[in-house]
Amino acid sequence: MSTSLYRRCFGLVFDGIFRKNSGRKAYLFSTEAKGSPLFPGARTRWTEELKFTGKENYEPIPVYRVMDRQGRVIQDSHNPNLSDDIILGMYEKMLYISVMDKILYESQRQGRISFYMTNSGEEATQIGSAAALNISDVVYGQYREVGVLIWRGFTIQHIADQCYGNSDDLGLGKQMPVHYGSKQLNFVTISSPLATQIPQAAGAAYALKGTNRVVICYFGDGAASEGDAHAAFNFAATLDCPVIFFCRNNGYAISTPTDEQYKGDGIAARGPAYGINALRVDGNDVFAVYNATKMAKTYCLTENKPVIIEAMTYRLGHHSTSDDSTAYRPIEEIKAWTSDSPILKLQTYLKERDLWNDVKEEETLERTRKEVLKAFYAAEAKLKPKWTEMFGGVYADTPAHLKKQMDDMRAHMEKYKEHYPLDKFTQA
Amino acid sequence: MALNKTVNRICSLCSKSPIGLLNNVAKRNSHFVYTPDANLPIQGKTEKLNMFQAINNALDITLRTDKTAMVFGEDVGFGGVFRCTVGLRDKYGKERVFNTPLSEQGIAGFAIGVANMGSTAIAEMQFADYIFPAFDQIVNEAAKMRYRSGGQFDCGKLTIRSPAMAVGHGALYHSQSPESYFAHTPGLKVVIPRSAIKAKGLLLSCIRDPNPCIFFEPKILYRAAVEQVPVEDYELPLGKADVLTDGKDVTLIGWGTQVHVLLEVAKLAKERFDVSCEVIDLVSILPWDTETVYKSARKTRRVIVSHEAPQTCGFGAELCSSIQEECFLHLEAPVTRVTGFDTPFPHIFEPFYLPNKWRCLDAIEKIMNY
Repeated sequence: MSTSLYRRCFGLVFDGIFRKNSGRKAYLFSTEAKGSPLFPGARTRWTEELKFTGKENYEPIPVYRVMDRQGRVIQDSHNPNLSDDIILGMYEKMLYISVMDKILYESQRQGRISFYMTNSGEEATQIGSAAALNISDVVYGQYREVGVLIWRGFTIQHIADQCYGNSDDLGLGKQMPVHYGSKQLNFVTISSPLATQIPQAAGAAYALKGTNRVVICYFGDGAASEGDAHAAFNFAATLDCPVIFFCRNNGYAISTPTDEQYKGDGIAARGPAYGINALRVDGNDVFAVYNATKMAKTYCLTENKPVIIEAMTYRLGHHSTSDDSTAYRPIEEIKAWTSDSPILKLQTYLKERDLWNDVKEEETLERTRKEVLKAFYAAEAKLKPKWTEMFGGVYADTPAHLKKQMDDMRAHMEKYKEHYPLDKFTQA
Repeated sequence: MALNKTVNRICSLCSKSPIGLLNNVAKRNSHFVYTPDANLPIQGKTEKLNMFQAINNALDITLRTDKTAMVFGEDVGFGGVFRCTVGLRDKYGKERVFNTPLSEQGIAGFAIGVANMGSTAIAEMQFADYIFPAFDQIVNEAAKMRYRSGGQFDCGKLTIRSPAMAVGHGALYHSQSPESYFAHTPGLKVVIPRSAIKAKGLLLSCIRDPNPCIFFEPKILYRAAVEQVPVEDYELPLGKADVLTDGKDVTLIGWGTQVHVLLEVAKLAKERFDVSCEVIDLVSILPWDTETVYKSARKTRRVIVSHEAPQTCGFGAELCSSIQEECFLHLEAPVTRVTGFDTPFPHIFEPFYLPNKWRCLDAIEKIMNY
């Protein structure tokens, strides 16, 4: 971008100075060593063969898995050997997400909340990666990562309060539903602009170097096309940031299939081009996701370098409540992936080991439904924050011009209060 | 100060270079005469510094006193293309003063992340003209972080420094004044110094202010602005305008380099028309000092706002509209703008483009005869 003539000129001047001051060293410079070129821009060899380098020159990156489609561990040495309690915890949280999603999706359809986005089909990417980290590790997300929060202890009440924007919402009702955040859980508040969090995650990781904490940053296959993704990968590599870039490649960005999103070997293949180690995993296999994230974290901390994980999965639900995905993809495709869902895979694994059965499943579903509905009705009944909170938090303090605008609004409200939905809001 | 010796040696080397460098502006005929700041903000020892040295000094103090602080951007490691970061990498290490890849959106996003974690991030955009790739990160992210998270997260420890404004021959992409783009963004602070003394104190305030700040440095002043700058650590208030000369007939408001144009215009107006001008340096674009401006407007009853940026939707428009709303019964003439034209910033036509002293003087004549 800013390749100005000026910048080049300046370089020349400084070059001149450098040469003047170290003139005797100058002749030591060479442009070739042992028959290889010494261009500053790359370490490589000469060739006299004129040939393109392209996808044909190498194999696509394989997908790492631990379980097969029936939930059987293929190689015992790759079983993370988590305790039964932890695995059951993982399964119950995944189930929890799906129940919650159903209820909140329906409530939007009924007009009770303005917007919602489900997580169907991607529960294992969220839970598997969250389980491999500590709460002290910082999370930057996109919007389809509620499982990470739930794993960390974010309650259904937190979620319902945020979707309703009531006075208990940690975000004070300022953002759309699904834009969660929790300082306590080190989950940076979600924002709508795609991929903006990726370079931020690199910066956060740089700041946290040496504190034994890593940063994980989630984004979708579509967001990876943004310039911010490119900037972030490059910054993280050149500045040695202990950050895990976790791509949820679910096949679609709203209606856009991946073959209209990129022509390379997905997102993982970009890693080596930036000098970043990459992993590609089965995003529907909670153990594979867990192992990959665990290994990435260890590497980040020992090497102070970034990792890219690409979790291959499928977006079972619509993009959001504003989208009907049957308009752009065959129902058969959705059906096929439904029978290969991460929840079913882990369920089979648990059933084979007698840790789960249909009775438990029904009980859990029923209990969860009740819990979600209870929180949901409670959130619905709560008042919204004071309207004056609209002016809060723009700056650390309220500047004079904002105070004035608030006072003007207050005077107006006195006069026209019957035209505002004041009964739903805490009294200002 | 050994550092300054190095800087001076490097500068003298640069100015000997046959290549016309942008930062070698002191030698050119410029459209203004620099008026040094006469008032010292604090007592004590001073040293003669130009603006880039004063900025360097502020960064030095920050890195010394705030262990979390880091300075980064394109080419800052070797001292920066305008020498603002000279010597800092050697003194504080490459972990804290470092080059980034050439990506403004990356610099801004990275800086926000650093600030999210509570560390002090001082990011440089090489030219304000190149801040636009970072517009999304600054406007949608930095400015809104505290608000949207209900105060849970913020990036208040972020400061973005960037050389701005005309330089004599910068043409379209080394001359822009983009302050009004950012003035339209709640959550940001935008500050522009007119002198070396102001640059040091305001930059330290921006760095320590708990909100994301954008600090535009008038690049033509890097070398031209020379004065006795206090050696000690000091801060100057944000959101506060300076009344530089008292007057009774007309208020002239500007910022950055334009303040020096207006100071000269005030002298000319006195000599030629016996008009007494009150010159105000707005200093802070967002939030701006309404009180000082209205007080002056009510007193002189005539206001001229002048900035290098194009007229339509320039920050002058905000001042005009607010003054009209708040001082209507006091005004004797329409609030007038003398600004750059609604064209891109041209190369060879710069002398005709700038709102120079003659155009400002012309405006004074008109407003007095209204």
